[in-house]
Amino acid sequence: MKSVLPILTVVAAIVVMWYAAAIGMNAKWAREQAARQGVELGFTELVADTWSQDRPRLPAPHQVLEELWNSTGAKILAGKTWSKRSLIYHGWITLSATLAGFAIGSLAGILLAVGIVHNKAMDMSVMPWAIASQTIPILAIAPMIIVVLNSIGIQGLIPKAIISAYLSFFPVVVGMVKGLRAPGREQLDLLKTYNASGAQTFWKLRLPASVPYLFTSLKIGMAASLVGAIVGELPTGAIRGLGARMLTGSYYGQTIQIWSALFAAAILAAGLVGIIGMIEKLMLRRMGVRT
Amino acid sequence: MVSQPVIRAENLDLTFQTNDGPVHALKGVNLTIDKGDFVSFIGPSGCGKTTFLRVVAALEHPTGGSISVAGMSPDEARRKRMYGYVFQAAGLYPWRTIRGNIKLPLEIMGMPRDEQEERVERVLELVDLKGFGKKYPWQLSGGMQQRASIARALAFDAEILLMDEPFGALDEIVRDHLNEQLLKLWAATDKTIGFVTHSIPEAVYLSTRIVVMSPRPGRITDVIENPLPRERPLDIRDTPEFLEVAHRVREGLRAGHAYDD
Repeated sequence: MKSVLPILTVVAAIVVMWYAAAIGMNAKWAREQAARQGVELGFTELVADTWSQDRPRLPAPHQVLEELWNSTGAKILAGKTWSKRSLIYHGWITLSATLAGFAIGSLAGILLAVGIVHNKAMDMSVMPWAIASQTIPILAIAPMIIVVLNSIGIQGLIPKAIISAYLSFFPVVVGMVKGLRAPGREQLDLLKTYNASGAQTFWKLRLPASVPYLFTSLKIGMAASLVGAIVGELPTGAIRGLGARMLTGSYYGQTIQIWSALFAAAILAAGLVGIIGMIEKLMLRRMGVRT
Repeated sequence: MVSQPVIRAENLDLTFQTNDGPVHALKGVNLTIDKGDFVSFIGPSGCGKTTFLRVVAALEHPTGGSISVAGMSPDEARRKRMYGYVFQAAGLYPWRTIRGNIKLPLEIMGMPRDEQEERVERVLELVDLKGFGKKYPWQLSGGMQQRASIARALAFDAEILLMDEPFGALDEIVRDHLNEQLLKLWAATDKTIGFVTHSIPEAVYLSTRIVVMSPRPGRITDVIENPLPRERPLDIRDTPEFLEVAHRVREGLRAGHAYDD
């Protein structure tokens, strides 16, 4: 309970600032509309108007929540869960690409880390490239990945998953290398006195020692995967997915739609990271870590 | 019983090349350790006592002279798992129970499951940790953790036990208790023990022989035969005989230091 109060305080502060900002940002439009109709707006009328415009510059929180409900819960109640206006439908499109990308990225990250730790040549060569790969703006490389893959007949989920993997492998490589190298000299010497093989050292010492590092990386990687999947939907004129939803929203000035898609993405990310956190807790408890 | 050498070092040199020039960790070390001996290595930091133990364990390789362990090269002895090594830090795996930790070397050696269980039971009893097998390391005190690490080194029944300041991080009361237990264990198993320590009373109380070393270059300055009987209650440390040996060790350490300052 103690940890809930500070969080709620912060949330309340954000909501207050948000409403205030909505007044400021939408007031101009409200005044212009009023002037065109030849009416003078009082303060309360102005505030009421800025919080209920159809296409506000900044939609008020309750407008976003309403849109969120209309495009999720209400759709389910209406039996239109998978309609094109449902955020559940778009969310699922993005989620499937995210999960595929996360799986590819994490696996690649773990394998690269194992290679880096066990092979001197890979240690020298792979890491600089991995770092370089992250300095390229993803927005620049995403369209190229999609165009190249499209030209060899691959489209839909896979290109998005690859962009997503491109972002998520990196934190896993970094964390996993650190984790696999966590055992100190004495621990490695001990195994040497047992004449343990390289494989035994890996399975019995390095891998278990890396588990806490791995989970930290996986959480970052999962968030990066979601960003990758959304970015993968932006430059292609995709019509499905949360990214597409944001894009069409911006074409037609549907700010409420953009914001609700943003919120859906944030909720999705929080949920996914939360699930990894729960698996981490269970796993570490099974490994006897003090809780 | 005719004593046979288990460890024999002749004119052993080990020089580390560092950025500040060569460091002579060991120079001209001659030493023979017989089967069943309990040999302590004592001396200030940098005298090469740990390095010597690591050379015996083939964790370091000498740059000159010769050394044999159980009649073979240290590396062969390591491959044949002739020794158990106890480090200063217990180094138990936090993700394994005490039982799992003791099993680690047995798993690596590919021992059958039921034999593993049997051996774990036996050494747990030997170090007085019966009933703690299912605990995780963090649930045990520092002294108990170190006992578990000794049990781990005993589990595969190597002939030689190499101990590098195993009780260095523990308080004196716990240390006394563990010293007593270690002597009992040694009497019960008849192992050859090499033991590195900073503590004069510990060295005198435990060993049959005390090797006094001094630094720059790391070398042996005195080897003292301990006349105390093998059966040693803790209060033997108040007898004149004990104090005499301790005095000689102290003298040896002081002589080694005369080169300095």
